[in-house]
Amino acid sequence: MKEIVVLSGKGGTGKTSLVGSFAAIAQSKVLADCDVDAADLHLLLSPTTKEDNEFWSGQVAFIDEEKCTKCGICQDICHFHAISDFRVDPISCEGCGFCYHVCPDEAITMKDCLSGRWFISETRYGPLVHAKLGIAEENSGKLVALVRQNARSIAEGKDLKYIITDGPPGIGCPVISSLSGANLALLVTEPTLSGIHDLERVLGVCHHFGVPPLVCVNKYDINEDNTRQIEGFCSGQGVEVVSKIPVDNVFTEALVRGLPVVEYARNGVSREIKMLWETISRRLDR
Amino acid sequence: MIISVASGKGGTGKTLVATSLALSLEEQVQLLDCDVEEPNAHVFLKPNFIKRESVYVPIPRVDEEKCTHCGKCSEVCAYYAIADMKKKVLVFPELCHGCGACSYLCPEDAISEVGKEVGVVEIGHSGSIQFAHGKLNIGEAMAPPVIRKVKEHTNHEGTVIIDVSPGTSCPVVESIRGSDFCLLVTEPTPFGLNDLILAVEVVGKLDIPCAVVLNRAGVGDRKVEEYCIKKNIPILLTIPLDAQIASYYSKGIPLVEGIPQWRGGFLELYHRVRDMVTSRISQ
Repeated sequence: MKEIVVLSGKGGTGKTSLVGSFAAIAQSKVLADCDVDAADLHLLLSPTTKEDNEFWSGQVAFIDEEKCTKCGICQDICHFHAISDFRVDPISCEGCGFCYHVCPDEAITMKDCLSGRWFISETRYGPLVHAKLGIAEENSGKLVALVRQNARSIAEGKDLKYIITDGPPGIGCPVISSLSGANLALLVTEPTLSGIHDLERVLGVCHHFGVPPLVCVNKYDINEDNTRQIEGFCSGQGVEVVSKIPVDNVFTEALVRGLPVVEYARNGVSREIKMLWETISRRLDR
Repeated sequence: MIISVASGKGGTGKTLVATSLALSLEEQVQLLDCDVEEPNAHVFLKPNFIKRESVYVPIPRVDEEKCTHCGKCSEVCAYYAIADMKKKVLVFPELCHGCGACSYLCPEDAISEVGKEVGVVEIGHSGSIQFAHGKLNIGEAMAPPVIRKVKEHTNHEGTVIIDVSPGTSCPVVESIRGSDFCLLVTEPTPFGLNDLILAVEVVGKLDIPCAVVLNRAGVGDRKVEEYCIKKNIPILLTIPLDAQIASYYSKGIPLVEGIPQWRGGFLELYHRVRDMVTSRISQ
């Protein structure tokens, strides 16, 4: 069993559109949507939920007004400035419990938080593990880890060859949690100066965690000078650009119909994506 | 007035809107790029940086001479970032949130806090625009301390525009809290709508008024517009899907510099935001 995670650094470069298409092309796989903040893969795969689980994670401090003597120690020691007027702001509270431990009046309790939900679903392309982090909640990294762990158990249980993971944008906590221990990362970029800047940073994260990267330039013909710059930069880093996908409105048209683009259009874009999956699967099978 | 520019979904044009809005204003304006994982506003505004500050998170350091291995530190740590192995205390800096509980509660006073750099903040200006952005160090997980440090530079005298990271979790909340208004940039696709709905929930939870900027209009469907009508969220600016706009964007040229006619649209956007904020305050 091998896992590929699709990342980009910059958002909106086409990660989910590509993963949706890989879902339609690849055999013997489980899909994992690790963009738990703003999950979108389900919009392409029309899943039927089989399991709906609560994600309890972290705690929030709560001050009992009856017991509180307003000594102010909790406000002074909180590193996150989460307590003012002897009330806890649950959004600022990081659940460390420092206040709970120091309160001389035992007026503070720590309450568990329902931070989101995670799902195991069936799609016509195979099983999908996905999640929804609660609005403005923390611990996205832990929820990502849970999604990946369940995708892995399904792959093991059903003896599936691949785990295809749709990653979040950025380079922080949920990205690191999506990436660590994967066999391969596909970095989807676009030939804009922002895209290039962000690619460099997410490549750094791949190197940092020892996951070999491949690069795909989406909408490569928006600016072919920039595309050449990406190719030059990647070759200097010893990283292979394995695919260049042209700008095409079929991506949006397919999305509006809730279909992976390879099922909607049988044109150059679809052929390019099929070739890209062949390259990836060969690399994973090595 | 603080206006944050957020979206839920990535790549919808937050930075395009934030930079062109900043460039369109005549009064004192500051742009804070709080997308510290992937900051891009500097690509467009090319600021001159005059100051650079490291961002540190306090991490425990254990003095083994003083430590009696009582185990209090591991007991109080909510993040399993410090473990008393009875012969040695292990610290896992990547798990530590820097809450300070272990050092404060150590009965032997054996733990001190040392700063670990997790990112940097760079401060400067681009023409008359005051500028600051944060950069999370590669391999670091926690963006909020860097975002907090960027926001310490907020100039409350004039208009402040905050460029926010995509998503709906802690970095987004940290960036937009305290804003007077939030512009949500989206695109007319099912992904754009799904993530707009999430972003509207976030600003609702923080009690920040919002409006929508619709980017790449002309493809996709009308469901974002229908949603906005139903929820009574005004669409203050519509930017079409256009090869020329995409080309300027790809070169790091702000929209209002590439096509100056857009300046009027951004000014009107600003005035409508200002009116909405003023009327909310007077209520």
